[in-house]
Amino acid sequence: MAEVLVLVEHVDGTVKKVTYELLTLAARIGEPAAVFVGSGADAALPGLAEHGAATVYVADAPELTAHPVAPKAEVLATLVAERAPAAVLLASTAEGKEVGARLAIRSGSGIITDAVDVAADGTATQAVFGGSVIVQSKVATGTPIITVRTNSVAPQAAPAAGTRVDVAVELSAAAKAAKVVDRVEQAKGGRPDLAEAAVVVSGGRGVGGAEGFGVIEALADSLGAAVGASRAATDAGWYPHQFQVGQTGKTVAPQLYIANGISGAIQHRAGMQTSKTVVVVNKDPEAPIFELADFGVVGDLFTVVPQLTEEIGKRKG
Amino acid sequence: MREVDSATMKIVVCVKQVPDSWAEKTLRPSDHTLDRESVDAVMNELDEYAVEEALRLQESQGGEVVVLSMGPSQATDTIRKALSMGADAGVHVVDDGLHGSDAVATSLALAKAIEAQGADLVIFGSESTDARMSVVPAMVAERLGLPQLTFSSSVSVEGGTVRTNRVTEYGYDVVEAPLPALVSVVEKINEPRYPSFKGIMAAKKKPVSTLDLAGLGIAPAEVGLGAAWSVVAEAAARPPKAKGTIVADDGAGGVAIADFLSAQKFI
Ligand SMILES: Cc1cc2nc3c(=O)[nH]c(=O)nc-3n(C[C@H](O)[C@H](O)[C@H](O)COP(=O)(O)OP(=O)(O)OC[C@H]3O[C@@H](n4cnc5c(N)ncnc54)[C@H](O)[C@@H]3O)c2cc1C
Ligand SMILES: Cc1cc2nc3c(=O)[nH]c(=O)nc-3n(C[C@H](O)[C@H](O)[C@H](O)COP(=O)(O)OP(=O)(O)OC[C@H]3O[C@@H](n4cnc5c(N)ncnc54)[C@H](O)[C@@H]3O)c2cc1C
Repeated sequence: MAEVLVLVEHVDGTVKKVTYELLTLAARIGEPAAVFVGSGADAALPGLAEHGAATVYVADAPELTAHPVAPKAEVLATLVAERAPAAVLLASTAEGKEVGARLAIRSGSGIITDAVDVAADGTATQAVFGGSVIVQSKVATGTPIITVRTNSVAPQAAPAAGTRVDVAVELSAAAKAAKVVDRVEQAKGGRPDLAEAAVVVSGGRGVGGAEGFGVIEALADSLGAAVGASRAATDAGWYPHQFQVGQTGKTVAPQLYIANGISGAIQHRAGMQTSKTVVVVNKDPEAPIFELADFGVVGDLFTVVPQLTEEIGKRKG
Repeated sequence: MREVDSATMKIVVCVKQVPDSWAEKTLRPSDHTLDRESVDAVMNELDEYAVEEALRLQESQGGEVVVLSMGPSQATDTIRKALSMGADAGVHVVDDGLHGSDAVATSLALAKAIEAQGADLVIFGSESTDARMSVVPAMVAERLGLPQLTFSSSVSVEGGTVRTNRVTEYGYDVVEAPLPALVSVVEKINEPRYPSFKGIMAAKKKPVSTLDLAGLGIAPAEVGLGAAWSVVAEAAARPPKAKGTIVADDGAGGVAIADFLSAQKFI
């Protein structure tokens, strides 16, 4: 059975959940093989094996993380040439898409981005135009390169050998031309990643100001959720731009999305329309966001949201 | 490394024409490509930031700004808009054979056109608002062997070196490279200017050259729908969502949501 390569998303060996989702999808197509670039592989091996990786290719040289994007593409391109995998799966993050993009050119392959499902024959399902159109696509040339959105599938335990195979890759001069000279970490306040979170609680113009986001954050924390914002809220400077959900912000597809004081403009819906369950709090019964709601309350968020937070606290004991 | 005298720095900005993001977009039933006729076309909003960044670099350093767009004949409107913001000249890649090109083919056409210009710095937006792939800049960098400094929230050029802040999931990376180089910029890196009346009048006289496949040295078989390396087999409107339960807050709206969340096992 041909291998299916999965690029591991990790921070110093702590593997992100999306990687396990990719391994689960890979098993439908062939034999999952993880590709780990950077340091910390030892910590990652057990989890990768547990989720189905028969092989874990490890490329751990300092220069691989000293330059953006290109080194990972070259590691994958080398493995694609040597192993002739049935497909390569990557996370649909900004970096995952760019690695896939360079790999497509290097390996002479087509690429599909933002898949929400992948079938055994490599057919990918995409939800385009903000989720209003569902498309089935297939790569027709080279090795199918598919980037998959977080939360597309439930990761499954499928214990496999997880045999470590170290690989050495000679980087091209072009890959080394751009250098990372500094890494700056900005505090994210202990909440889960917006793109990865199972629950997202968002606020819009109805929140009224930066202080108003206090009630949104309190609700988020009661559910262990990430906080999101509409562009009206980020434009006004009430909440940082990296938390914007929508067409020109992040695309999220959590199990639960709670929209507070958000009208539901087409560009906002583009970033959250594929959420599994949507709850809405808005004082205008005509707000278009109610069209997406599984459950909605027409009311003032400043009374409804704190009451909800308190109630969750009680029920969780 | 090539010595770049900033006063003669040539910046190429890539802009895409897209359907207005307010429009309901659909795929044409005949070939599953975007129906671009039934909706208003505008410059990809994220590319306005790229044009603005190019103009700012030009204002502080000198040099020339050329705007490059691949698209059907009406894409000249988008090129004119960039010219009316202040860019010096336009290049329009247009050929019926390009219809239906995938990202791989698009990057080929753009790379050839950029090569012909001999750019010192190439600036992209970070994503189109129609297909939203965020892959074309990385593909062009790979094709041209240019250093890739994408997803930039700041860009500066000094003495032949470009320095950017690359937005990451945890904050940002400071990235540096010698020119010539390729940059993409994120939303909100700057405040794009509106074209002035004077700018709009001046744009009418600015040169826009066109390039077709033959001019780019691309064989028709390499691009377009027929050559696409990824193909759409099927497209359908998303089934409408079943209507949810909407209640008016009677003083216990928060409790009602908690009941719903408990029933759905979220609590
Ligand atoms: C090219 C382009 C890209 C865009 N990209 C994005 C994007 O990525 N993300 C995005 O979100 N938008 C985006 N927009 C903007 C989008 O069009 C809307 O302007 C924006 O989403 C509106 O945000 P909002 O819903 O918070 O504000 P509004 O539309 O003003 O809605 C506020 C809502 O809050 C309700 N409200 C007010 N007070 C209360 C209260 N006390 N309690 C309960 N409800 C209350 C109101 O009834 C109203 O429905 C984009 C626009 C364009 C043109
Ligand atoms: C709904 C839909 C889904 C698609 N899915 C796929 C797919 O899975 N795989 C695939 O290979 N193709 C796909 N395509 C085709 C692909 O979108 C086009 O080839 C497109 O030109 C490149 O992708 P993008 O617009 O997402 O560019 P992005 O990579 O998002 O664009 C980034 C930047 O590149 C520049 N740029 C992009 N296009 C142009 C242009 N024409 N002229 C000048 N500058 C430009 C702009 O600066 C832009 O900001 C899809 C198209 C649609 C409409």
